[in-house]
Amino acid sequence: MISRLSVLLLLLVSISARAELSIQITQGVDNPIPIAVVPFAWEGSGVLSEDVADIVINDLEQVGEFLSLSPGNMLSLPSEENEVFFRDWRILAQDYLLVGKIDRAPGSQLVQVQYEFFDINREMKLAGEVLTGSVTQLRDIGHEISNVVYELVTGTRGAFTTQILYIVSEELGPGNTTYRLEKSDYDGQRAQVLLESGEPIMSPNWSPNGEDIAYVSFETTLPRIYVQNIATGQRRQITNYPNINSSPVFSPDGSKLAMVLSKDGNPEIYVQDLVSNELIRVTNHPSIDTEPSWTVDGRSLVFMSDRTGQPQIYQMELGASDLYVERLTFDCFQCMKGNFLPDGVNLVHVRRETRQDPNYQIAIYNVETLRVITLTDTSLDESPSVAPNGSMIMYATKFAGRGVLDAVSIDGRVKFRLPSSQGDVREPSWSPFFN
Amino acid sequence: MGKQRNHFLKVGLVISLFALAACSSTSETDDGADSGASSSASSNSGSSASSRPGSGSGQLTQEQIRAQNALRQTVFYFDFDIAEFKAEDRDTLTYHARDLAANANKRVRLEGHADERGTREYNLALGERRANGILNYLIVNGASRSQIEVVSYGEERPAQSGQTESAYSRNRRVEIVAR
Repeated sequence: MISRLSVLLLLLVSISARAELSIQITQGVDNPIPIAVVPFAWEGSGVLSEDVADIVINDLEQVGEFLSLSPGNMLSLPSEENEVFFRDWRILAQDYLLVGKIDRAPGSQLVQVQYEFFDINREMKLAGEVLTGSVTQLRDIGHEISNVVYELVTGTRGAFTTQILYIVSEELGPGNTTYRLEKSDYDGQRAQVLLESGEPIMSPNWSPNGEDIAYVSFETTLPRIYVQNIATGQRRQITNYPNINSSPVFSPDGSKLAMVLSKDGNPEIYVQDLVSNELIRVTNHPSIDTEPSWTVDGRSLVFMSDRTGQPQIYQMELGASDLYVERLTFDCFQCMKGNFLPDGVNLVHVRRETRQDPNYQIAIYNVETLRVITLTDTSLDESPSVAPNGSMIMYATKFAGRGVLDAVSIDGRVKFRLPSSQGDVREPSWSPFFN
Repeated sequence: MGKQRNHFLKVGLVISLFALAACSSTSETDDGADSGASSSASSNSGSSASSRPGSGSGQLTQEQIRAQNALRQTVFYFDFDIAEFKAEDRDTLTYHARDLAANANKRVRLEGHADERGTREYNLALGERRANGILNYLIVNGASRSQIEVVSYGEERPAQSGQTESAYSRNRRVEIVAR
């Protein structure tokens, strides 16, 4: 049993080393929770394309709160409850233990993954189930197990089965740049190209049910807003107004799209109904108004305006007059791209403190306590997008001259980076929960 | 009066550069304008002269030479966070406006750009504001609105990549592109 396992282990390790993208944890917490994830036993023939235990380990470690035990230091390699001796794990100072095994589902091409999760100190099984899927879904099953473990330990719903949208630009030669809209797992794995163009693509955004996306494409040589169905690839052009058509953002109920149009001379915020196509103008000011986002209740819009001379963040109830615009930020040279966390109180934004300080960083402003926490220490940070469980913020920054995606926990304690294989990566948009 | 004198100086410079360029064939393009400190009129006249080796100065009036030189400058650079074009580009843009006014069939596109600092959506708006500044100037000086299309690319199409001040200054620009 053990020998068979270790052969399997070696094979799986060599497979995972080929992965194109891997998360780099750039900053973790001081006292991570020790967890032992035993390599899952594979009872079928052949080699599996994914290492489920490894996927769980990567998930849990990248959010920074967990530290996994190396299998080389384990005293035993149990794959189910009757092989677990709590003493083995207590000696190794582990708080939690995850074991599992993978079988062919009888009479089908599917595989079934059985996992069990234990609290070592309480000598208690916290969870256990069998998940069935195709071999290509092993990665999804791994993320699903991570969700269960994460929620049981932290009390917060895990976001490991979520996805991200982002834009990649790649210079192929002088004056020849290709732009791609891509979708991947939240950790950068399994990237797919949704749209490729010789003209810029901007501002990808998810519908609240995760079925559609909106974005801006310059494919006609002018910026226009499109909505595309993820499953069918079918898309439709939503706008064709003169000048800027940008910043599409779905309303929380998915029925409307906030956007920016400069058809009347300068950028203003509008809301378009996706069924009736009725267009409502929200702002009315000769300065630049842009970067709309919805408040959690869907009744107001947050936006950026440079009506005082520099970009600041404002809020306005839909249907109200421009006279009732409320300014939210004051003590920054530039505050931009405001978006409320799911709690509706903390406003994540891009912040440049003073004219002298040239850095653009990701910060959170609590509109009740008026406290500001700057989360990042790099200088060209932008496009913050919040995980649906509110735990992490993904954003774009520059590293070694290239655009990369970074993520930071909302308390600023944990950071990780998604390295890109090629090109400049930017404008991450974190998906909602898919169910 | 001082303005007048300045014009004479420029003409003198154009002619001497023309003479120089006749001997050495240099590259065309309008790169010169990014050096900022040097007058765009003078840096451009050098390039324009070199690309017209066949036409002798005797066949063109000084005003025609000035106009041709001006029309060769199609990229206009902006200071950080500033939407107004530079005062030194005013004369050049006047020639562009007159050229459009004199050629009703001519169509151009004003492409506005920003450097990468600040958010993308704001930069998209800034690029448009810059292009609109030039649009309005061209219209006031005789061009027709229907001849000009404005598009902003924000920071999406940098002329030069990199996080240097020189790259940034080359990226804050409006380009006049013939259609």
